[in-house]
Amino acid sequence: MVVGTDSRLTASSSVAIELDSAELRYGDRRLWSGLSLSVERGEFIAVLGPNGSGKTSLIKVLLGLRPLTSGTVRLGGEPPRRGSSRVGYVPQQRGFDSDLGARGIDLVALGFDGHRYGVPWPNPTKRRLLNEVIEQVGASRFAYSPIGLLSGGEQQRLRIAQALLSSPQVLLCDEPLLSLDLANQKAIVDLIDERRRASNTAVVFVTHEINPILPVVDRIVYIVDGRWAIGTPEEVMTSERLSDLYQTRVEVTRIGDKLLVVGATDASASFGLQANEHHE
Amino acid sequence: MIVQYLQLPFAQHALIAATLVAIISGLIGPFVASRDMAFAVHGTAELSFTGAAAGLLVAGDAVGGALVGSLFVATAIGLLGERPRERNSAIGVILAAGLGLGVLLLSFYQGFATEATNILFGQIFGVSNTDILILSVIAVVILAAIAVIYRPLQFSSIDPEVAIARGVKTRAINFVFVFILALTVTEASQIVGTLLVLSLAITPAAAARHFSANPRAVSVLAIVFALVAADGGLLASLAVSQVKASVFISGISFAIYLVARLTRVARPTGRQARVRTQ
Repeated sequence: MVVGTDSRLTASSSVAIELDSAELRYGDRRLWSGLSLSVERGEFIAVLGPNGSGKTSLIKVLLGLRPLTSGTVRLGGEPPRRGSSRVGYVPQQRGFDSDLGARGIDLVALGFDGHRYGVPWPNPTKRRLLNEVIEQVGASRFAYSPIGLLSGGEQQRLRIAQALLSSPQVLLCDEPLLSLDLANQKAIVDLIDERRRASNTAVVFVTHEINPILPVVDRIVYIVDGRWAIGTPEEVMTSERLSDLYQTRVEVTRIGDKLLVVGATDASASFGLQANEHHE
Repeated sequence: MIVQYLQLPFAQHALIAATLVAIISGLIGPFVASRDMAFAVHGTAELSFTGAAAGLLVAGDAVGGALVGSLFVATAIGLLGERPRERNSAIGVILAAGLGLGVLLLSFYQGFATEATNILFGQIFGVSNTDILILSVIAVVILAAIAVIYRPLQFSSIDPEVAIARGVKTRAINFVFVFILALTVTEASQIVGTLLVLSLAITPAAAARHFSANPRAVSVLAIVFALVAADGGLLASLAVSQVKASVFISGISFAIYLVARLTRVARPTGRQARVRTQ
């Protein structure tokens, strides 16, 4: 196992997320173990790895939806709790039915009081907050359009607005760039980057493409078959480190400002090529 | 002639019953649509037929039987979970078996054949004072239940993943909603019959979604459309007494839907409209 020692593993108030010797198993299958990681407030962490390596499961653990098999996890010093307003969640991009009876603003509003019982009443504070956050993500233009008719990028902006509504200290994003074109990928990444700098929000960003986030990411958690590595992109994204993780020969090449990973058995790991092929 | 009829208690009772049923059907319709539960409605309605047949056979009480039957089915559907794809084939299986059982029960029933027809196609005339009272109580219970779970129900219908993460008890909400559905369906089937329940529980909401994407507007429109269909159909059948009200109700409901669809074709969709105004 590749053990990425984390020099920043010290308890202090600036720590947003803390994992200590965390292990997660599904029955006999071990997704990852011995995972120790401390994420500072305002830090942008990317979680990479092939499908089925337990990236989404890590998000589920941080959301309080799945308990660790062993080890500890803390968010802002406390165990993760379902429904915590400290955490904002942007789930995997999934389209809405074209005739779903809801507009963009309705989706965002659910982030404000959708979890409360009762009927929504007109509320000036809510309206102001909604308008603010929609403005922030640049969604004012289409906030009142039926959500099912919006593009993937527009839907994703609204999801981010929804997640930001509770002013979270931690933003958990699960493949938010999936099925977006390059321009929209960049716009969404910039949006999240801006927010975490302005509000000192820690970001955990699950993705299988590193290039769109390369300009903004602080550290990478790379998980393959239960093995993992943690470090800056320069530390982790090397031929040696990835060959070790994948246990096969992997070449990492830099082309311009993009990284190209060749030889990883999983197709999703060939980042550079994929990003360019997707360009429309 | 209709005005004269409306002075008679039987017609007044029918009108009250149709109105109550239209309000609750119109209210739940948008949620049925956004939760992809049309088939669950159909299944519950069909199986309330089996319950009604059993009720007739055992106690001579079709309505009580239908209620018990649909609550039983609601429990089963609630246990099947929230994912439409997993749920639908299971509902299909229960539906087929249940209907077979219903036909078997009915073949043992020695009463009038019209009783059976009434279960399937509805019998709006013959609503007693007691029926009205029961119907009102059920309508109030449904309205109160929807009011309580409105926001989490909306959340889990539109955005289930985030709803779970935000702490919404989606399973419990789903269960409550399925029970509301079962009660509504049983009530509606007394008016339009088990076979035509969808004309009040789905069609008005489907039509409303063509006019607006604002959830509040969709709810209001769905209730209005259901009212027009139910009350309009009832009045029409007073004028043409040899045709059942359920025929007019489903006919009007479908006509509203067609108009909604056609106006949408003639109108730019949200996206096109937005691009044009830029």
